[in-house]
Amino acid sequence: MKTLRQRNIRDYFMVGLLYVSAIAVLTPLLIIIGYVIVNGISTISIDFFTQELGSPARAMQGRPTGLVHSILGTLVVDSLALIIAAPLGLGAGVMLSEYPDHKLNPTLRVLNDTLNGMPAILKGLLAFALVVKPMGTFSGLAGGVALAFVMIPIIARSTESALMTIPWSIREAGLAIGLPRWRVVLSTVMPAARTGLVTGFLIAFARAAGEAAPLMFTSFGNNYLPNHWSGMIFGPVDTLPQRLYSLAISPYKEWHAMGWAAGVVLLVFVLGLFIAGRILTRQKYQA
Amino acid sequence: MQNEQKSSIADKPVSIIYSWLGDRIFLTVVVALGLSIILLAGAMAWVLTDEAGMALDEFGIIGFLKGTTWDPGVQFRFGALPFIVGTLVTSVFALAIAFYPAVAVAIFIAEYAPRWLGSIIENLVHLIAAVPSVVIGIWGIFVFAPWMRETFYMPIFLWAADHQPALLPILGSPIGYGMTTATIILALMIIPFTTALTRDAIRQVPKEQREAAWALGATKWEVIRMAVIPYSRGGIMAGAILSFGRAIGETMAVAMLIGNKNNFPFSIMGPAATMPSVIVNEFREAVGNLHLSSLMAIGLVLFVISLIVNLIAAYVTRKLSITGGQSI
Repeated sequence: MKTLRQRNIRDYFMVGLLYVSAIAVLTPLLIIIGYVIVNGISTISIDFFTQELGSPARAMQGRPTGLVHSILGTLVVDSLALIIAAPLGLGAGVMLSEYPDHKLNPTLRVLNDTLNGMPAILKGLLAFALVVKPMGTFSGLAGGVALAFVMIPIIARSTESALMTIPWSIREAGLAIGLPRWRVVLSTVMPAARTGLVTGFLIAFARAAGEAAPLMFTSFGNNYLPNHWSGMIFGPVDTLPQRLYSLAISPYKEWHAMGWAAGVVLLVFVLGLFIAGRILTRQKYQA
Repeated sequence: MQNEQKSSIADKPVSIIYSWLGDRIFLTVVVALGLSIILLAGAMAWVLTDEAGMALDEFGIIGFLKGTTWDPGVQFRFGALPFIVGTLVTSVFALAIAFYPAVAVAIFIAEYAPRWLGSIIENLVHLIAAVPSVVIGIWGIFVFAPWMRETFYMPIFLWAADHQPALLPILGSPIGYGMTTATIILALMIIPFTTALTRDAIRQVPKEQREAAWALGATKWEVIRMAVIPYSRGGIMAGAILSFGRAIGETMAVAMLIGNKNNFPFSIMGPAATMPSVIVNEFREAVGNLHLSSLMAIGLVLFVISLIVNLIAAYVTRKLSITGGQSI
């Protein structure tokens, strides 16, 4: 049997060890983020937001280049993805939460979680086979579909938990005044849960906005802004994460610098959405 | 408006179309949307199997899995073994590196840190988990890999060249981009994920469990050791399995750092490849149908492994009913 003294020493030792490991784990991660921000901001200029990339020669000759086409492309492709994913995710979430006795629910829940855990690159392969092959060309639409596959399970999950936070008494109140079930869901439950629903959209959007892997062979990439807006949907289009990858593995110094700038823009965009989502949830649950 | 509604409720009985048919239509739509997710999962399995058919017919399933040659240029022979090994080795070692620190941070947040600090760190962990893979990748390419080369790989390599030449093939070329670099970055990337899931598991421990241990005169560490960890062991396990699944599918940062060389067998410091990294690198440039089909077959292998990992995690999670990673 150990003495109390030995046990206390062990206790202090473990406290110290936990403090040290917490610091040791968090420091490198914060250093990475800090490094990207500091390095990226120093390479950002106004051209970055107004010019298109063009050929490597353009950067090497010092002519103005930027990534306006990637920024616009990201917005277009991600919005397409959200338009496709929102109804599917909402529907599945409503099914899981409002019809808890439905026979398909256990299967749906397991498959949804499994889809959520599937590597994003497989969702890109699926979109390639389903959209790019029949269309015969890489396109923003294919990228949108690939990202929708990323968003759907997240939205379904967050919709389910947002609707679950609404007490059953609200549904019963609606049914008691004679509303049919669908009106109860659409007019009382979903409005009451709207903060949670929006948060789910924001988080899903943020997750998808950072994904490069599924876009590599769906929206493919493009050094130029399409001549017409429809080129953003039906032609190959650039997105920030995929462009960041291409810039980083390119052999040009000027493009590396632009890669850092793309990194900080992407980081701020994704973390901004994410923080907005977290703040919304907090207001909801602390008020 | 108010008046109209009142009178409509009072005068007319609710129309059968509005209630009965409305409910029917709503349920049908909702179930159709839910079904489409089930179909989506099915489509993924079916499409990958279908597209991989050509390669699997050519080399046979076992032949493809066991094949060590990946030559899209000359021989047109494709074998998946290097990539399967690359994925499993990087993921297993990344989890081994990440697991204890991640659990330590979770215990620190849950049990030791003052409440304000704990919630700051917890939010920070969630935030870090949301950082895009490519952003970590660009830091890895330009800062981490060169640093690793100068600080560790070159000195070790030069020492081995002088004293133990037999070690050189095991160590591999010290270019900085390779198996070890990718594994360390992978570990850094899954730590926030593992921490968040472990934190969720620890949250499930009832207060009575701790109080019972306190009442027996346990020290703080003994409370954690005897009451908290045993109770949340299953949840921590499920979290580790899910993190492993994350590591398997992690694509961009690994593709940027692993060096992408499929010469088997791999060395410790030298370049290697994983299943996602080879798909990302070669799919865009693949011309031959057999090459495309082989990449799809790699995708199929990745799908099957992820499926198994996720189903195990779902099973463990259901048994212990912790939230299945939904907080991230």
